[in-house]
Amino acid sequence: MTAPANLFEQQESNRRRSFWLVTGFVLFFAWVGFGGDLAWYLMTADAGPEVPRHTVPGIGIVATLIAGGICWYSWRKGPERVLWATGAREVLEPATELEQRLVNVVEEMAIASGQPRPRIFVVPDGDPNAFATGIEPRKASVAVTQGLLERLDRDELQGVVAHEMAHVQNFDTRLMTLLAAMVGAIALMSDGMGRIIRGGVRIGGGGGGRSARGSGKGGGNPLALIVLVLWVLTLVLAPIISRFLAMAVSRRREYLADATGAQFTRNPMALARALEKLDAAHEPTHAITRGAAHLCIVDPSASRLSAREGFLGDVFASHPPIAQRIIRLKGMAYQAAKQQAP
Amino acid sequence: MGILLLVVAAAVVLWVITAYNRLIALKNQVANAWKQIDVQLKRRHDLIPNLVSAVKGAMDFEKNTLEAVIAARNKAVSASGGGVAQVARAEGELTQALGRLFALSENYPQLKATANIQQLQEELTSTENKVGFARQLYNDVATSYNTAQQQFPTNLVAGLAKAAPADLWELEDAAERAVPKVDLSMGQ
Repeated sequence: MTAPANLFEQQESNRRRSFWLVTGFVLFFAWVGFGGDLAWYLMTADAGPEVPRHTVPGIGIVATLIAGGICWYSWRKGPERVLWATGAREVLEPATELEQRLVNVVEEMAIASGQPRPRIFVVPDGDPNAFATGIEPRKASVAVTQGLLERLDRDELQGVVAHEMAHVQNFDTRLMTLLAAMVGAIALMSDGMGRIIRGGVRIGGGGGGRSARGSGKGGGNPLALIVLVLWVLTLVLAPIISRFLAMAVSRRREYLADATGAQFTRNPMALARALEKLDAAHEPTHAITRGAAHLCIVDPSASRLSAREGFLGDVFASHPPIAQRIIRLKGMAYQAAKQQAP
Repeated sequence: MGILLLVVAAAVVLWVITAYNRLIALKNQVANAWKQIDVQLKRRHDLIPNLVSAVKGAMDFEKNTLEAVIAARNKAVSASGGGVAQVARAEGELTQALGRLFALSENYPQLKATANIQQLQEELTSTENKVGFARQLYNDVATSYNTAQQQFPTNLVAGLAKAAPADLWELEDAAERAVPKVDLSMGQ
C-alpha cells in the first residue's frame, strides 16, 4: 500500500499550487496596476508642461493592496461564501432518516480516510450534486443536495461522500476554493480596469484616441505603446485564461478524487453507479452558480460539454467526461475483483 | 579534506534524524489508528444490548442465538484492551454471532413493524461499516509502518526508534471478510 506516500505528494503539490496561484494572482494585479502606471507615466513624460507628470504609481499600489485583500478574504471567508451562495444549511441534528444516513456515511468516510469529521451541509435543490470546500481538512465542509440524498442508495452515497473526502484530504478544496474566488475577482478587475484605461488614455494621450491603437499620434513614445498594448492584452485575456486554468486543474483533480475515493470505500462500482445516476439527471443544479462549478462532483450547469470527449470537452469543461470516469472506475472494480479471486 | 568529512557527517546525521522522525510519526499513526478501532468497537458493544432488546419480543424462540450474541459481546468487551490478535478473534466471533442473528431475523416479518427498527438498522449498518473502515485504515497504516522499518536504509535506524512490526488485523474466514449485511426489515 503506497497510498500514504502518494497522498503526501498530492498534498504537497496542491499546497505548492495554491501558493503559486496566490502569488500569480497578486503579481497579475500588480502588473495590471503598475503597468497602467508605467504607461501613464511614459505618456505624460513626453507631453507638454501643461499635463501633470504621473510619478506616483497609485494604481499599482491600490491594485496590489486589493489583490492582497482578496486573497486574505478568500482564505478566511471563501468556504463560507461558497456555502452561503448555494443556500446550504448545516446538518447539526439530523432531522430525517435520510439526514441521519448522510451523517453516518460522512462519519464512516472520515474514519476510512483518517480525517476529522467535516461539517455537513444540505443544499435545498432537487438536482443531485455534491461538493466540498475548506482551506484545510480540520475546517472542511461537505455539502450534498437534497436531490442527491433522495436518489442515491446508501452505497452510492458513500461513494460520492468518499469522492468529496478525497478532495478534502488531497487539499483540492483549498486550491479550488481559492481558484473560485480569484477567477471571479479577475473578471471583475479586468472589467473595472477596462473602464479606467479608456478614461486614462483619453487624458494621458492628449486627445490621441480611445484605444491603444488609436493613440499613436498622442503617445509618440513607442515604449509607451508596447506597454499599453501588452497591458490591454493582459486585461482582455486574463479572465479567459484564469477560467481555463481553473477548469484544467479541476478536470485532473476529479479523476484523482475518484480513485482516492474508491480506495476509501473499496467499492468503485458504487461510485460508478452514482455517477450514472447523476448523469441521468439532466436538469441543471440551480442553487450552484458558475463560480463554484468546479467544486462539484458533476458539472452543475448540466452542459453537454462534460459528456463530450475530445478537444472541446477537454478545454471547455470543468469536469472530465462522465463516461470516461465511469469506465475508469469499472476498470478499478475489475482489477480488485481479479485480485480477490485466487 | 576536513571540510568534506564534516559535510558528509552532517548529511548522515541529517538523514538519521529524518528517518528516525518518519518512523516515529508512522508509529504514532499506527497507535492512533488502533485507538480509532477501539472507539468504534466500543460503540458496537454499546449497540448490541439495544439490538437484543429490540428483537427479543419477536424472536423469543431464538433464545440460543440471542444468548450467543450476548455471550460473544461480553467476551469481546473483556478482550478489548488486549493485543491485536486477541481483539480480532473476539470481534470475529461476535461478527459471526451477529450474522446468524440477522439471518434468523428474516423469519420474523413482524420485526418490520417495530417502530425504531429502521433507525436501529441504520445505526448498526453504520457501526459495522465504521468498524470495517477503521480496521482498513489501521491495516494500511500498519503496513506502511512495517514496510518503512524493513526497507533499506531505514531499517538501520529502526532499532534506534524502537520500531517493531505492528500486527495486522487479519480476518479469519471469508464469511467474516464481507461487512455483515444488516437488514432487519425484510428486504423492501
